Formats: sequence, structure tokens, C-alpha cells
Amino acid sequence: MLVKRGADLRYSDITPKQTYFNRRRFLAAVPMAGAALFTSRARAAAKLAAVKGPFSTDEKPTPLIDVETYNNFYEFGTGKDEPSKNAGKLQTSPWSIKVEGAVSKPRTFDLGEAMKLAPLEERIYRHRCVEAWSIVVPWIGFSLNNLIKAVEPTAKAKYVAFQSVYDSKHMLSPREAGIEFPYVEGLRMDEAMHPLALLCFGMYGQVLPNQDGAPVRMVLPWKYGFKSIKSIVKIKFVEKEPPTTWNLANSHEYGFYSNVNPTVDHPRWSQATERRLGEFGKRKTLMFNGYADQVASLYNGMDLRKYY
Amino acid sequence: MPSRVLERSIKVPLFIACLVPAGLLAWRAYHQDLGANPIEFITHATGDWTLRLLAITLAISPLRRLLRMPSLIRYRRMLGLFAFFYGCLHFTTYLWLDKFFDFHEIVKDVYKRPFITAGFLAFISMIPLALTSTAGWIRRLGGRRWQALHRLIYLSAIAGVVHYYWLVKSDVRKPLMYAAIVLVLLTERLVSSFRKSAARRILGQAASPVKS
Repeated sequence: MLVKRGADLRYSDITPKQTYFNRRRFLAAVPMAGAALFTSRARAAAKLAAVKGPFSTDEKPTPLIDVETYNNFYEFGTGKDEPSKNAGKLQTSPWSIKVEGAVSKPRTFDLGEAMKLAPLEERIYRHRCVEAWSIVVPWIGFSLNNLIKAVEPTAKAKYVAFQSVYDSKHMLSPREAGIEFPYVEGLRMDEAMHPLALLCFGMYGQVLPNQDGAPVRMVLPWKYGFKSIKSIVKIKFVEKEPPTTWNLANSHEYGFYSNVNPTVDHPRWSQATERRLGEFGKRKTLMFNGYADQVASLYNGMDLRKYY
Repeated sequence: MPSRVLERSIKVPLFIACLVPAGLLAWRAYHQDLGANPIEFITHATGDWTLRLLAITLAISPLRRLLRMPSLIRYRRMLGLFAFFYGCLHFTTYLWLDKFFDFHEIVKDVYKRPFITAGFLAFISMIPLALTSTAGWIRRLGGRRWQALHRLIYLSAIAGVVHYYWLVKSDVRKPLMYAAIVLVLLTERLVSSFRKSAARRILGQAASPVKS
């Protein structure tokens, strides 16, 4: 009986080797999948060391999760939640920044070189979007003027023009987004030289997440957020006021200066108040976003209603 | 009566289905899962559903003609009232969570900002429709006058789409999609009423020689 029973076991009854291995692999994969889920949530971004810099506010920084999931980065989608889902396709390494135009020493920096131009500082800035919401972010970088000095602008350099990366394969088309790409922005030379103007490589102790403008962006805390151009590939020194993307799209609503100004309304909404992410009520918007002491003198004698 | 049973068996699930977006919103709000800017999320979700339900309500008459199912009329009032329900949630969100009942600010908004003006118009033109949605009001007004009044929904839908179009900064794809849907639904009405009157004319002409 026993023998007969043994003979009953045919080859077809034996678990095929392939299935067996697959099962092992599956069992091994379960905890891995859990770990992957965990790390994608915690997103082990590369750490970025920095010393405490000047101009920091003592206001409470906005939770990182909000700053990295609520973004305006139209190249990766016009909904606030889209950039964090789509910006992973952005290839940030290798990366270089071409600096050209009215300078004695035009030069292309690779990212590592650019980051070594000055010691990295952590600066906690208020950041106010033209859409009347605001955040507080511990950025990491140094004053843009460090880079400007390194290329020695000539007397003809009256403005600085910035350009973002554009990759039509992984980004929206201008038709879809409703604005021109590549995204361009600009500053007057004295604005660009102002120590508050931050060339930024990181936030919250880490390198920038792609959706927040990796690997290098501007942060201009006294201006509406869209002036703080993301993922910069080119900086050009020019004689005339350069074109800027939102101004091109709608000059009536977005000016070249776009300084935070509670007394000049956007045609479609008031700029008198703002909603700080994480807060229920609204707070009053401050002139130059609270940086008037530092920057107001740049605009002495200018009619800020006209130069909005 | 089997048709009654059928009507019930559709109305009840439809009623529940119309409540699902509000329920989902409440559930996500309770679990603090509305993203970084919850008030904006609620505003957009309720606005979206108002427009969707307006479009669905407007689709009933064309569908009755297209599918030759006149009985669909039985579900129109409920859908229209749900459009109003989401409109109320949307308006309340603005009034309470966005403006904190600052009526001075609200009056300024309605007056100064075209997209708010359009949204306000879309909302207030739904109010008389909701109020006169009962059988009693149809009787009191008479079918013809009631129907004329309820054409206000066209204004509400158009103003709603304009409100959305003027609100977005640059990516007009979604507002244009709503505009296209509303345009198709309103054009179908024009075509069908034109056909009806043309048919009446032809019938009238055909009838006259027989008479003489």
C-alpha cells in the first residue's frame, strides 16, 4: 500500500521548480515592498549641511509634506498635486548652469562647482504666492551675488535673465499649460545683487525635491512666488528688461517686478490677506512680504501701482 | 405598478450616488486627507460637482429625445436639486471658510471681480428653480410659465462655466471641457426646437390643401 501510494505521486504533482522559486521570490518581496512603500513616503533625500544664515524669520516652518506636495510647477502639471507626482522624471544629474551675456568671465558651472561658490546657509524665509497662500521654508543656499561676482558683470549688465530647464518629452506643452516654455524670469541688477536674493540648492536639511525646483532655483522672499524660478539652466546678463513668463501670458495681471504688495490687488483677487498653509484663518499680507526694511529702498521713487 | 417599482429602484441608488461626493469629502476631511490647502480643496470639489450635476441635469431632456425614454424626466428634479445642494456647499465654503462672513469684503468681491460676479450669478439663478421645484409650484405657475422660469438653468450653467474659465490662471483645458459639454447640450435644444417648429410648419402646409 505504502509503496503504491508513493508511486501515485507523479511528476505533475510536484510543484514545478519555477513556481517554487517564484514563491520564494514573492515571499522575499513582501517585506521589500513594505520597505519601498515606507521609503517612498519618507523619501530618503540626500542630506545637505548648512550653517545658520542671516535674515531668518522665527516663524514656524510649514510642514515639509505640504511644501513638497502643494506646488506650482506648470511644466509638470497645473494642479497643485501634480508636480509631486510627475517631477520624478526630471533628470537632475548631471546638471550645469550656463552663465553668459554682459560678463567678463562667462562660464558654465556644473552643479558641484556652483555649490562651492560660497558656504551654504540655512535661511528661513516667508514665501508668498500670488494666489494668496503662503508658506515658511528653511531654504539652503547662498546669496546670488556670490555667483554674480564670480563672473564679473560689465557696465552693460543692467538686468539678469533666468531660464528654466525644458524637456518636452516629460513636461506639458505650452499649449496644455497655457504659458510659454522654457520658463523665463528676470531681475534688475540691484535686486539680483541684494543679499536676500538666494540661489537655492536645498530645503529642510536636504537637497531640493524635484517638484520644488531641483537642483537649483532662486528664492526671492519679497516677491510673489512665481518670480522664484525653478530648475535653472541659464543665467544671462543683459542691458534691457528681459521677458518674464507670466508677464508674457498676461501682462495685465503679472508685472515684471511683482513685489508682494497688499495695497495693489491682483485683478481677480485681493492681495490684502493670505492663507498660511496649515492655518484656518487668514492673516494680513505685509508690504514686501515683511522684508520692507531690507528691500524698500530698491524701489524709492517708483510708483508701485504702475510697476506692479 | 411595475413602473413605480422601477422608478423607486433607480431613484434610491441615484440619490445615494449623488451624495457620494459629499460623503467622500466629509470622510477625507475627518481623516485630514484634504491636502495642504483643505479649504481650497473643498471649494474646488464642491464647485466641480455643482457644474457636473448642472450638466447632468441639462442632459436629461436631450437623452429623453435621443433614447426615446420620456420617463427619464422623473429623475430630473432630483438631479437639479443636487446641483443646487453642491452649489450651496460651494457658496457656503466661500462665505464662511474663505471670507469668514466679511460682507464688506464679499460685496467688494462680487462687484470688482468678474469671476466672482459670474459665480454669484450662477448661484442666485438656481435659487428660484429650487424654490419652485415642487408639484404645487408647477400647478400654481402653470406648466408654460414654470417651464419658462426654469430655463434659468441655461443662464446658471453658462455663468458657471464662465466663472470657472475666468478663475483659472492659464490652463483652460478643464473649463473648456465643461464649456463644450454645456454648448452641446444647449445646441441640441436649439436644433430640436427648430425641427419641431419646422415639422409643424410642414404639417400645417400639408394640412391646408386637404382642408380646401
